[in-house]
Amino acid sequence: MSNLSLVIAATAGLVAVIAGAALPRRIRVWAVVLSTWASCVAALTGSLIVLHTGRSMVLSSSQILPLTGVHMVLDPLGAVFVVITAVVAIASTLYWIGYAGHGLSTRTAAASLPLFVLSMLLLPAAGSVATFLVLWELMAVTSLILVLGDQHERAETRSAGQWYAVMTHVGAAAILLALVLLSAHSGSQTFAAIRVHAHHLSPALRNTAFLLAVIGFGSKAGAVPFHVWLPKAHPEAPSPVSALMSGAMVNLGIYGIVLVGDRLLGGGPVWWWLLVMALGIASALFGALHAATSTDLKRLLAYSTADNMGLVLIGLGASGMFAATGHRTTATVAMVAALLLVVNHAAFKGSLFLSAGSVQVATGVRDLDQLGGLMTRMPITGAIFLVGALSIAALPPLNGFVSEWLLFQSLLHGLPTSSTAVAIAVPLGVAALALTGGLTLAAFVKATGVGFLGRPRSPEATAAHEVPRTMQIGAGLLAMACVALGVAPFIVLPALGRASQIAIPGTSASVLRGSKYLHVAGLQGVLAPALLAASLVLAAVVVVALRRLVHRRSMPTPSLRRAEPWGSGRELQTARMQYTATSFAEPLQRVFDDVVHPDRDVDVDHVVESRYYFERISVRTSIGDIIENRLYRPAIRAVRWWGRQARHLQNGSVHRYLAYGFVALVLVLVVIT
Amino acid sequence: MTGGQVLTAILVAGAQIVIVGVGGLLLLGLMRKLRSRLEGRVGPPIHQPLLNVRKLFRKQRVRPEESSWVFAAAPVVLVATAVVVAAISPLATTRPPLGRSADFFAIVFVLLLGSAVLALAALDTGTPFGGMGSSRAMTIGAIAEPALLVAILAMSIPAHTSNLPVLVRLGLTHPQMIASPGRILALSSFAIIILAESGRLPVDNPSTHLELTMIHEAMVLEYAGPDLALVATGEAMRFSLLLGLLVNLLAPWGIADRPGAVALVIGIAMLAVKVALAGVCIAIFEVFTAKLRLFRVPELLAGGFVLAVLGTVTALVVR
Repeated sequence: MSNLSLVIAATAGLVAVIAGAALPRRIRVWAVVLSTWASCVAALTGSLIVLHTGRSMVLSSSQILPLTGVHMVLDPLGAVFVVITAVVAIASTLYWIGYAGHGLSTRTAAASLPLFVLSMLLLPAAGSVATFLVLWELMAVTSLILVLGDQHERAETRSAGQWYAVMTHVGAAAILLALVLLSAHSGSQTFAAIRVHAHHLSPALRNTAFLLAVIGFGSKAGAVPFHVWLPKAHPEAPSPVSALMSGAMVNLGIYGIVLVGDRLLGGGPVWWWLLVMALGIASALFGALHAATSTDLKRLLAYSTADNMGLVLIGLGASGMFAATGHRTTATVAMVAALLLVVNHAAFKGSLFLSAGSVQVATGVRDLDQLGGLMTRMPITGAIFLVGALSIAALPPLNGFVSEWLLFQSLLHGLPTSSTAVAIAVPLGVAALALTGGLTLAAFVKATGVGFLGRPRSPEATAAHEVPRTMQIGAGLLAMACVALGVAPFIVLPALGRASQIAIPGTSASVLRGSKYLHVAGLQGVLAPALLAASLVLAAVVVVALRRLVHRRSMPTPSLRRAEPWGSGRELQTARMQYTATSFAEPLQRVFDDVVHPDRDVDVDHVVESRYYFERISVRTSIGDIIENRLYRPAIRAVRWWGRQARHLQNGSVHRYLAYGFVALVLVLVVIT
Repeated sequence: MTGGQVLTAILVAGAQIVIVGVGGLLLLGLMRKLRSRLEGRVGPPIHQPLLNVRKLFRKQRVRPEESSWVFAAAPVVLVATAVVVAAISPLATTRPPLGRSADFFAIVFVLLLGSAVLALAALDTGTPFGGMGSSRAMTIGAIAEPALLVAILAMSIPAHTSNLPVLVRLGLTHPQMIASPGRILALSSFAIIILAESGRLPVDNPSTHLELTMIHEAMVLEYAGPDLALVATGEAMRFSLLLGLLVNLLAPWGIADRPGAVALVIGIAMLAVKVALAGVCIAIFEVFTAKLRLFRVPELLAGGFVLAVLGTVTALVVR
């Protein structure tokens, strides 16, 4: 019965693709959205059944279409990812209805969007290597088409698309190699068969497969140093696509690492997971630091995606290490914490990207230095962004806080260990987690404060108006999910427990118990998110009531006066005098100068009469990605140089070509004999 | 829970909130008085901060023209977070209401909510000073917060929990735990962070109004009347809260470990004495200290961070 849901999801998704490609513009968007919703709801229902019963759903295409090799198995672990994708997709496509008036409404886009969603919905259900790779490639290609969108004439977009295409295909090649290696040595291409044979493989082969998988899936998850496409592609993509990519697609990189590392290879030595944790620490710190210093709103969000995926990798790494050293209960707690962070990240990053898109639609700018004052002009979008920002900064009573707390607890819980490597890695992980938290808070106070509060810094921001209702609701749905998951994480924890059991077999599902208190098995402390939220609200209400009471008793007519800001008695204050995102981040940038390496250009024009007076000073600063500049650019230059050298081989002379042919023939003959 | 238990819980929470609120303001007065006397001045009376707050509550509310609701909400959130933490922390008793969920990490994040909202409100004023204060406070917070979290981890490792009441009670039952090197390193880091987080010397000068040197005062420059009163109360509460936690982790003796009114009264009195002593120490320290340059502050905080990491490693090794 539940098997049917995947078939319905696929059928509805394909209907959406056809509708997007064939229908006229007027009804295209609605038709695509409705059939995509049908597809999402079907997949959601099937996954919820799997999560509820804990039994996997198996579907082989020979049941429907003979002679096709499609093999689907949806287990609770995959179901978690399907649920996340479905929810983000429902919100983003709803948002797209309003957004389509501003772009992304061509036939190509309308056909690629549902195909992209469908490939992500089905990918976690893939049960064999071939099915997985086909869906993975479909996801890569459709997302690339969507990144290019209808802005493909712009140079920045084209360059972003190029980077994305190369990185995603290098990653896909690594994944292909890893999976083909495994299936070739297991004699079958179904994941179930690989799992059975994995223990008989040689350690070298297992290590190679795992490393390749980490590179491939890590590049999809945006792990440093494979993150370079992320801060390029996410900002350039149309906002509903950014939300889908950041809320759903990068998660599948995480899924892939769990799939290969835990599911197929059944865990591994400690150093595998130390490596994953090291990647996580690097991504978290690098992403957070760049988010704190970025001035482009969507670039900031993209870097923060790298940061959050880094935190997830820290959790995964910790979980793997604990499992490898025999602490299976702790390993499950860490895995649940990582998965909860994936769920939460989808909610807050989705709402943040969608509301950033609303800002872009309303003002036409993404540069924080030109925004401001939007909270009064776009109150609903502003409130949604604020909720997302407070969630991502892990502030209670929102959802980011719960996953951060759980991650801390799992690391704290894992500390009494016999392994030296773990005892060194865990404090480092905590330090990275903590530092990332501080930088993320700074980044999102900056994004919200400079982008939405204060006075508008440009005519575009001054003229901003609230966006269409569907866009508000689409982003608002995910913001509400942030609040719900923050107050009642219990609605998802049992499901995540089941999923972790799949990844780390042999533990009880109830490592996290309670409906009012969040109780971690073996730890004394508990967290009561709902009580905390309730007491915060209660305290705020009491404070307001008391202020009113005292104020009213002393003032006959309590009133609120709006006045020009005092600003230390300065007259004539303009919006240009406010701190911008650049100036806000300047102290942090100075503190982390060695890591960020900002480029600074100062032009000084002196007055002709005296060198002590200036005519004009202009300062330009820009912050590039140090990994891109130091690692990728030299590699690209080397390849270019190689290509130019190779060009000398071809000079158009027929004699030379004949000589090549002769030499090649001789060589072949020598080799054969 | 029976009705009696609920009533006790409300009474205990109320007592802690009042002692933190009124005591926090008096503590500031005491420190100001002491500093003045040490510097050869008479200084305002100790209860001057209370008088200030009363006066401010009677004034009109004024808001900058282009500010949004965030500006108006910030003082309320600031005080509300401090009130919640004051209610559930082990200050006068090791059995505060909701003590089971008084997790150290959770409490830090609740307090952080207050500082984040205040930083947002500062940007909402649309003035250069608001942004300046906000930017500086966030820079310092971005380094101080991690140090605090790692320090908490260092204290939690030997106790196997980050639950605050348990941490404090363990100090009572196992005094050798307080003297463990890990805890001492963590507490020194905690002390540095308290100075930074509550804007004391050498990080920020609480008594200056010279624009270019200030951090916290720049953020709240645009508040007036009842809003300013709330901000002042909230800040005083946060300062005394953090000090209260520090002294209870360092010297838990006197805190009420048994239910009962007498124990609670003794606990409150001891808390007041211990926090006042800590305040006196800080005031004396401040007389002899100059403010650090803004870009030297991260070095101090990084020192705190390193202390905390060392504490964690020590706690792991010395077990």
